[in-house]
Amino acid sequence: MKPSKLARYLPSGRHAVIGIPFLWLFMFFLLPFVIVLKISFAEADVAIPPYTEIYEWADNKLTLLLNFGNYIFLTEDALYLSAYLGSLKVALFSTLLCLLIGYPMAYAIARAPKSQQTVLLLLIMMPTWTAILIRVYAWMGILGNNGLLNSLLMGIGLIDTPLQILNTNIAVYIGVVYSYLPFMILPLYANLVKHDLSLLEAASDLGSSNFNNFWKITVPLSKNGIIAGSMLVFIPVVGEFVIPELLGGPETLMIGKVLWQEFFNNRDWPVASALAVVMLAILIVPIILFNRNQAKELEGRP
Amino acid sequence: MKTFGKTLLALSLTAAVAGAAQADSKVLHVYNWSDYIAEDTLANFEKETGIKVVYDVFDSNEVLEAKLLAGSSGYDVVVPSNPFLAKQIKAGVFQKLDKSKLPNWSNLDKDLLKALEPSDPGNQYSIPYMWGTIGIGYNVEKVKAVLGEDAPVDSWDLVFKPENMEKLKSCGVSFLDSPTEILPAALHYLGYAPDSSDKGELQKAEELFMKIRPSVAYFHSSKYISDLANGNICVAIGYSGDIYQSKARAEEAKNGVEVGYNIPKEGAGSFFDMLAVPADAKNVEAAHVFLNYLMEPAVMANITNYVQFPNGNAAATPLVDEALRTDPGVYPTPEVLKKIYTFPDLAPAVQRTMTRSWTKIKSGR
Repeated sequence: MKPSKLARYLPSGRHAVIGIPFLWLFMFFLLPFVIVLKISFAEADVAIPPYTEIYEWADNKLTLLLNFGNYIFLTEDALYLSAYLGSLKVALFSTLLCLLIGYPMAYAIARAPKSQQTVLLLLIMMPTWTAILIRVYAWMGILGNNGLLNSLLMGIGLIDTPLQILNTNIAVYIGVVYSYLPFMILPLYANLVKHDLSLLEAASDLGSSNFNNFWKITVPLSKNGIIAGSMLVFIPVVGEFVIPELLGGPETLMIGKVLWQEFFNNRDWPVASALAVVMLAILIVPIILFNRNQAKELEGRP
Repeated sequence: MKTFGKTLLALSLTAAVAGAAQADSKVLHVYNWSDYIAEDTLANFEKETGIKVVYDVFDSNEVLEAKLLAGSSGYDVVVPSNPFLAKQIKAGVFQKLDKSKLPNWSNLDKDLLKALEPSDPGNQYSIPYMWGTIGIGYNVEKVKAVLGEDAPVDSWDLVFKPENMEKLKSCGVSFLDSPTEILPAALHYLGYAPDSSDKGELQKAEELFMKIRPSVAYFHSSKYISDLANGNICVAIGYSGDIYQSKARAEEAKNGVEVGYNIPKEGAGSFFDMLAVPADAKNVEAAHVFLNYLMEPAVMANITNYVQFPNGNAAATPLVDEALRTDPGVYPTPEVLKKIYTFPDLAPAVQRTMTRSWTKIKSGR
């Protein structure tokens, strides 16, 4: 018996399998985003919750009241722009640093004997088994004026007065690079380990130097790994709050802190939401690039 | 607002506990400031009443408020400071207290209740728990070494005169990281009303801070407790009880640091932490039993002896350790009391101006 036309529209096992990720995205991305978007068009109010409703149903009429004031407000004070730029700058430099440190590490792991690779990967991942908050606190203990690093440097007589590292941007970079390095190394490793080494041999046979081999063959082939790792570091660092709050100083201006101030100090959930929506809009560009790259990877094209 | 890190830790602990919350009539959920109760208070209460207390702590009014405003916080008793309480009452966060279940109400300080009417008209929603002032904590020896014998340690001149700050820079000065509690001190020092909402006057306060900013070691609301005790900084503008804690720590460590606390003679800001019951509390009955227990003079005196903040319970004062009771930094004299001001419930626009000023003062942007 042929399946009826109706059956085509009824959910089948296959739909359920595809449906789960969609349901997940709907519940944990789209729905929260719509709520934040809704709040960003409201006005702050003294109530529970502390903002006005944007729609009203009365006399069989639905009135939608969108307040764009919050978005306009963001353009009126240079603070918000410099906070976005501050976040993007920290994210950009941290990504570059992660790449500089992560690439040789990933390369070394990928070229190590198979038996050692699991152990080496485990060593990269093991720190992430401890909560990030605890690890950032540990950095406070290391970088402080009477912390481990300064005591050591003073102990061996390299410096006389403690270096001011904690509560500066340097500490933020150290914390961020440390925390996000595994997210750079893992996709790079996954890419590098798949390379066909006979390509390098062939190039060497034709007289290419090792240096040339690396730049002309390995790096271009690992482009997708570099992009994936960079996105995994860049995107979350833009919105990072915990690390700059604990390790940064007064000159550290990032969007996460400004968001906190709007939300908690000013009790202005609508402006805070508008800030978050704009941040998402800024991040959509690299996310789209990332997705396009992923799609290419799946199709097997370089 | 105190340290954010501690808050995160507290939040994660809280989330774990709140997840296990049940509507058991014998369980009471209390959310109080960290280090703000005597070690044996809760155990004694449980023994006496058979009510089990699930006790969580926070260290910033903002965190408490965000929970309350989001609704369904899961707590039966919370302890916001008075300007926050005022706003939260307006937002409908709390329920009126049933005073027939609070026979110990008569122990409270009547003058204090009257002074708190602007935050809670008619004292219908809240009970004063502890209170304190925001004044000058200082390292007696170091300040003397830098500024000489007649250093103005009992005046805002100490930190608001740039020439003093330039000298104090060498040993370290810290301020609370709280615009709404520190900017009023600058306003007051400049001769304006501490609750001024005038933009020009706030601008002047910001300028005053910009002048001394290069000499400020840091703005933080709890780090100074240990830094003052071990001599890392020599002046801290902070909460009275915290500075007394710092003093006790220095004495314990026997490190030769002597910490002093003064309420500046020009006047100082004060905060009152208020016990209140959220409108959606599950165990209102037990909440009232707990509040009544906290108003017992012996219980309250015991807490004051431990946390070193004065309480709002007149009947408890004679039971407080004499050293604390007679210390004008803890229990101010009537003359000083007259010069103490409270923090108002700020309009959103003023709050925003202050937060913005503070960012500018701290980051230069």
